Amino acid sequence: MEPSKIPDKIDVLVVGGGNAALCAAISAREKGAEVLVLEAAPKSFRGGNSRHTRNFRCMHSGPLGALTDSYGETEYLEDLLKVTEGRTDRELAEIAIRSSESCYGWMRERGVRFQPALSGTLSLSRTNAFFLGGGKALLNAYYRKAASAGVRISYGSPVSHLELKGDRIVGADATIDGETARIAPRAVVAASGGFQADLEWLAKAWGPAARNFLIRGTRYNRGAVLRDLLDQGVESVGDPTQCHAVAIDGRAPKFDGGIVTRLDCVPFSVVVNKLGRRFYDEGEDLWPKRYAIWGRLVASQPDQIAYSIFDSSGVDLFMPSLYPPTRAESIEELAGKLGLPAAILASTVSEFNASCRPGAFNPTELDGLATEGLSPPKTNWARPISRPPFYGYALRPGVTFTYLGLRVDRGARARTSRGPVENLWAAGEIMAGSILGKGYLAGFGMTIGTVFGRIAGREAAEHAG
Amino acid sequence: MPDESIAEARRQSEICNACRYCEGYCSVFPAMHSLRAFSDGNIARLANLCHNCRGCYYACQFTAPHEFDMNLPKALADVQVASWKRYAWPSQAAKIFDRAGVAIATALALSIAGLFWLAAAVRPEAGQGFYAYMSHEIMLSVFIPAFLAPLVSLAVSLRRFWRDTSRRAPTLRGIASALRSAGRMSNLSGGHGDGCNFEDEDRYSNVRRHLHQFALFGFLLCFASTCSGTALHYAFGIEAPYGPFSLPKILGVPGGLLLCAGSLGLAYLKTKADPNLGATNLWGGEMAFVLLLFAVSLSGLVLFAATGTSAVSWLLPLHLGFVLAFFLTTPYSKMAHGFYRLAALAQDAEIRISGDPLTTTPSAQFGSNSEDNSASGK
Repeated sequence: MEPSKIPDKIDVLVVGGGNAALCAAISAREKGAEVLVLEAAPKSFRGGNSRHTRNFRCMHSGPLGALTDSYGETEYLEDLLKVTEGRTDRELAEIAIRSSESCYGWMRERGVRFQPALSGTLSLSRTNAFFLGGGKALLNAYYRKAASAGVRISYGSPVSHLELKGDRIVGADATIDGETARIAPRAVVAASGGFQADLEWLAKAWGPAARNFLIRGTRYNRGAVLRDLLDQGVESVGDPTQCHAVAIDGRAPKFDGGIVTRLDCVPFSVVVNKLGRRFYDEGEDLWPKRYAIWGRLVASQPDQIAYSIFDSSGVDLFMPSLYPPTRAESIEELAGKLGLPAAILASTVSEFNASCRPGAFNPTELDGLATEGLSPPKTNWARPISRPPFYGYALRPGVTFTYLGLRVDRGARARTSRGPVENLWAAGEIMAGSILGKGYLAGFGMTIGTVFGRIAGREAAEHAG
Repeated sequence: MPDESIAEARRQSEICNACRYCEGYCSVFPAMHSLRAFSDGNIARLANLCHNCRGCYYACQFTAPHEFDMNLPKALADVQVASWKRYAWPSQAAKIFDRAGVAIATALALSIAGLFWLAAAVRPEAGQGFYAYMSHEIMLSVFIPAFLAPLVSLAVSLRRFWRDTSRRAPTLRGIASALRSAGRMSNLSGGHGDGCNFEDEDRYSNVRRHLHQFALFGFLLCFASTCSGTALHYAFGIEAPYGPFSLPKILGVPGGLLLCAGSLGLAYLKTKADPNLGATNLWGGEMAFVLLLFAVSLSGLVLFAATGTSAVSWLLPLHLGFVLAFFLTTPYSKMAHGFYRLAALAQDAEIRISGDPLTTTPSAQFGSNSEDNSASGK
């Protein structure tokens, strides 16, 4: 969109172009507002991290579309409290959970299509509704819906400043088609995500190690609007130093590797650092309960890299990443290919093998097949790594999202120490830290984005009207 | 088969296999996700299973400019054409696929010229209706070989394809399932019934699906019409031209209309769709094929309308020329896709029903060809 084509009257400016932004834009438009969406990314990369999502967590009292059985409010809230260890705003959490059920139909009516849980994710078929085609297909549907409803959308249009005067946002500075523009909307919805793509920001919390992190999502979530608002005294929530990181394929690209860089091989392997030594119990618990800690574990090893080593008996036990593993006929050869000290790796593996005990191996449950006399131990699935060919994957920390965000009230409105900002709402990852203050719950980010995107859009439109 | 197209489809399939978001769109993804490693035969089957609905392309977060450069509809379309060329019989004819547009035009020119020449050179002394312009014997002497030779060629090709992709003979239940799927075009439904992405980027629409059904059923009705005429001629001694309420016309006129509408509509949609999501260098050939179908059906309808007028003298050889060109190019044009598609659908159904992967070679161990197949991105 050329700056000259920006409409004179903008009721609601939506900053961002992901799920929460589009839900807000569509909701505001349906309330009759003139809506402008400014998406920092070009069209081909529109949608922030939503493009990498695949489902949303949905409360339901009986079978609902692709969702099986039922998933009640109490159980949902318990699941949330478990992962956050209580770091959640109870009131907002309950709004997100209770409203999630009505989202299913709302999304369908706006073009989102669902499919049964994907192969390999049957455990989620009751709690999470999967988007047919994934998050990008969902975004495509929303962008079509928004455009046909008359929402104006401008790509490649980062917002650099939302000027706060007293208790109002009085103007927005943006770059649109390479030209700077000043916009004066009546209301603003900030839905521009977290800051995980800004490695320097991450480095402030993590130290220089953060520069070796891989970013699983979009390179456009640099937190510019978040930073700008915090600098002007808008209240924050969430631990500013923390991010959610998992161990992913070390060959993944720096940004945007998404789901396909995921690796589930750790429980069936030994994991060593670049010195060829083990550092943590690979079999501590079932992988879905442990994969989130491995990002941090790898991040604290030298050069933020680790190697998962297994043999032909383990290769078919997990879903592959997009890259085949490195393969060799001996541990020494594998060490050479991975750039590890061969003698040390060989001794690590033989020490591990010597500490394995006979017993029944069961990859799908805690089988208690533990090492003896090894430090650190491997407490489940400990089988000797002895059947060639041998395989290895490099692992690196992959950052999924950050926790720091804006504090909002039940109407999704942001605030300063002096009280609410009259015309500023926030939705999606930029405020998700209020509810998901710690840990991770599959599909809950999309629930927060959808629920609070809808609320923010509606409230902003009412304010502007 | 050119290794590049297989290797590229394998690279992309390994990325798909680690993602699986598209599982609900069509038959390709469940089939793909049941495999850990992809033999050349697996890739050829997946490619011929793909209906080019493009749902996965527009849903994919890894399409260009992303460095993974995913474009599965194109990758599979390229393998599809390469497989048709690989299995073509006689092998020398494989080259025709590369110049399908030229081939169709040449076949057309020669067929029409040949039939005009025949009509002029051996004009019958007596005969009713069409046979006043060309004798039944001459028509048969041209069309029986022109009909049988392509069928023999296709049969040999399909047998080669089958032996490369399946360890077991076709089963009735597999074929029945394939026919049901093709009849409903269920793989163009998008999984949700809203249809495919074709003429307007990521917008779902059933237009292409329905136009294809028009063309498919129109073609089958026309074919049935011809068969019924043959039966009437030989079994009952009733000769063409047939009246408006005869079996050949009851089948042929609606068939011709459907084929006309379907082929014209598909040609129009093709001009709207992104050519970069289909097979490289096949756009012209596909377009020529669709337009040839249109010419066959339109000229047939016009010929029917002109019955009894002197225009039949040139309409008849013209229509027969279109039909002849269509038959002659069938094994080496887009028409081949229908036969390979049915074979792939039948195999896929059999795999789903029996759980037998039908693999012809022991499945390559995962990662065994990590060096050559490394999906290292681009």
